[in-house]
Amino acid sequence: MKPRTRKLLGSFGWHLLALAIGVVVLYPGAWMLLSSFKPTHQIVGSVSLIPEHPTLDNFRTALAGIAGVSFWRFFGNSLLLAVGSVVGTVLSASVTAYAFARIDFPGRRLWFALMIGTLLLPFHVVIIPQYILFNNLGLVDTFVPLLIGKFLAAEAFFVFLMVQFMRGLPRELDEAAWIDGAGHWRIFRSITLPLMKPVLATASIFAFIWSWNDFFGPLLYLKNSDLYPLPVALRLFVDQTSTSDYGAQMAMAVLALAPVIIFFLVFQRYLIGGVATTGLKG
Amino acid sequence: MSVIEASAPAQESPPTRRPRRWKRHDVLAGYGFLTPWLIGFFALTAGPMLVSLYLSFTKYNLFGAPEWIGPDNYQLLLDDPKFHQAVKVTLTYVVIGTPVKLAAALAIAMLLNNSRRGQGFYRSLFYAPSLIGASVSIAIVWRAMFIDGGIVDRIGSGSGLDWGGWVGNPDLIMPMFVLLTTWQFGAPMVIFLAGLKQVPAELYEAAAVDGAGPWRKFVSITVPMLSPVIFFNLLLESVHAFQVFGSAYIISNGTGGPAGSSLFYTLYLYQRGFQDFRMGYASAMAWVLVLVVGLLTFVMFRTSNAWVHYGGDSR
Repeated sequence: MKPRTRKLLGSFGWHLLALAIGVVVLYPGAWMLLSSFKPTHQIVGSVSLIPEHPTLDNFRTALAGIAGVSFWRFFGNSLLLAVGSVVGTVLSASVTAYAFARIDFPGRRLWFALMIGTLLLPFHVVIIPQYILFNNLGLVDTFVPLLIGKFLAAEAFFVFLMVQFMRGLPRELDEAAWIDGAGHWRIFRSITLPLMKPVLATASIFAFIWSWNDFFGPLLYLKNSDLYPLPVALRLFVDQTSTSDYGAQMAMAVLALAPVIIFFLVFQRYLIGGVATTGLKG
Repeated sequence: MSVIEASAPAQESPPTRRPRRWKRHDVLAGYGFLTPWLIGFFALTAGPMLVSLYLSFTKYNLFGAPEWIGPDNYQLLLDDPKFHQAVKVTLTYVVIGTPVKLAAALAIAMLLNNSRRGQGFYRSLFYAPSLIGASVSIAIVWRAMFIDGGIVDRIGSGSGLDWGGWVGNPDLIMPMFVLLTTWQFGAPMVIFLAGLKQVPAELYEAAAVDGAGPWRKFVSITVPMLSPVIFFNLLLESVHAFQVFGSAYIISNGTGGPAGSSLFYTLYLYQRGFQDFRMGYASAMAWVLVLVVGLLTFVMFRTSNAWVHYGGDSR
């Protein structure tokens, strides 16, 4: 075989393999999307991916909501929680990361080690006392327990991500500002923060998506269905349609996932960059 | 945490520690900037950990006062068949699911680690499930695909296999969870890709000159050069695997069935703590989990010297 033919064949095989993996990876999502346009009896019963008689009925059922609460109410709750998480995370993690990456003070290494340690700590060890605490404060059935941690940099991933980024910024800028008489707060505000835009974008997108997908926190703290974000509402929906109305379940699942997919399509470079630098999470 | 630092690119060594007087403004600013995190650390992590340790020695149902009972909860755990079941389910998942997922991640990372057109596209595509895999939506889809008469069942019977529904089959539900986690190979794949980019091409060229085949190159170059990243992925993925909750809850409808075959540790902890309000018992469970994860981390770090290779110029 000529080298050129061999190269061409190799390239062809590579693409074939990559495409095959792509099909497997995409299949569940495609199945969910296409099933949401099928009448229920055709979803489980049929192997065919393409709906024979596409219908929007499922979306009508899903948008009507559940337990007297409309879909858009759940959507609004999710949005409020996600935006709150983004704001809290960006504010608290950037300040914390600046302390760890840019200021030299006694105890810094110890605190940093403890912060990293919380990355590996199973969160279950803190949820029971946290629940008791919020219960005693009368904050169960509010968004406070779900948001307070974000404003206190409780998720070490974000601090770590920003520390990694800040260590790559040139120190000369700080030193120049220092000579000009700027203090740490001034340097942070006027120099570091503007340079951190890419990492702030990465953190914001992760914070948004994780909050949007979070199930455990809302399941624990929210009893009133008026306050449910989409994942908990979706679970209630599945419960009450008694696992029979697959069409509506799929439609609701699609609607719940749509913002995440859009975020991913628009911002995937930031997300993958974040994972590659810190080696954390997905 | 040298591992994390070693595996992360764009890393510059932290400023060297001078055994000297700290500058006053640095001390003030340092603790000033750290205040929100410190409050969070004490109020939401360290404090609750101590409380949970205390509660694990009590009987507490959220309504009365905690009643001190000593190590009884731990004794009860040992005698509880459901606890044994939860441990078994979770360990099976960690021990099988994590290596399978990482093997897929590494194999596909190696496939993508070349300069062919479309590499970036595939990388993004393959990463997507990592982001949505733990969502309720995907758990619902997964259940619908694997129920009796569902699409997977039909593929099985089309090939002459009598699978029935994997969701309702105690023997097949674990393979189904392993498939679900393996499908989310994208995040470790991205990390492997970042690691593979750091392996000097000359090593492969030299090995090719010496007549090494692909397998030999993989074993003698790729694996040793990648060992810090493998170590890192293994540690984080197994720690995360111990904590799986959402998909187990949705797929089994909160029961952990059939016959306890999806009674993941955290699901059982949730049932005990927040459905039966046996908060002391659940706290003891939480501490057992912390000890197991801590032990695993410790053992991995201790043995890592033997198999993790921190090459001087690999970074």
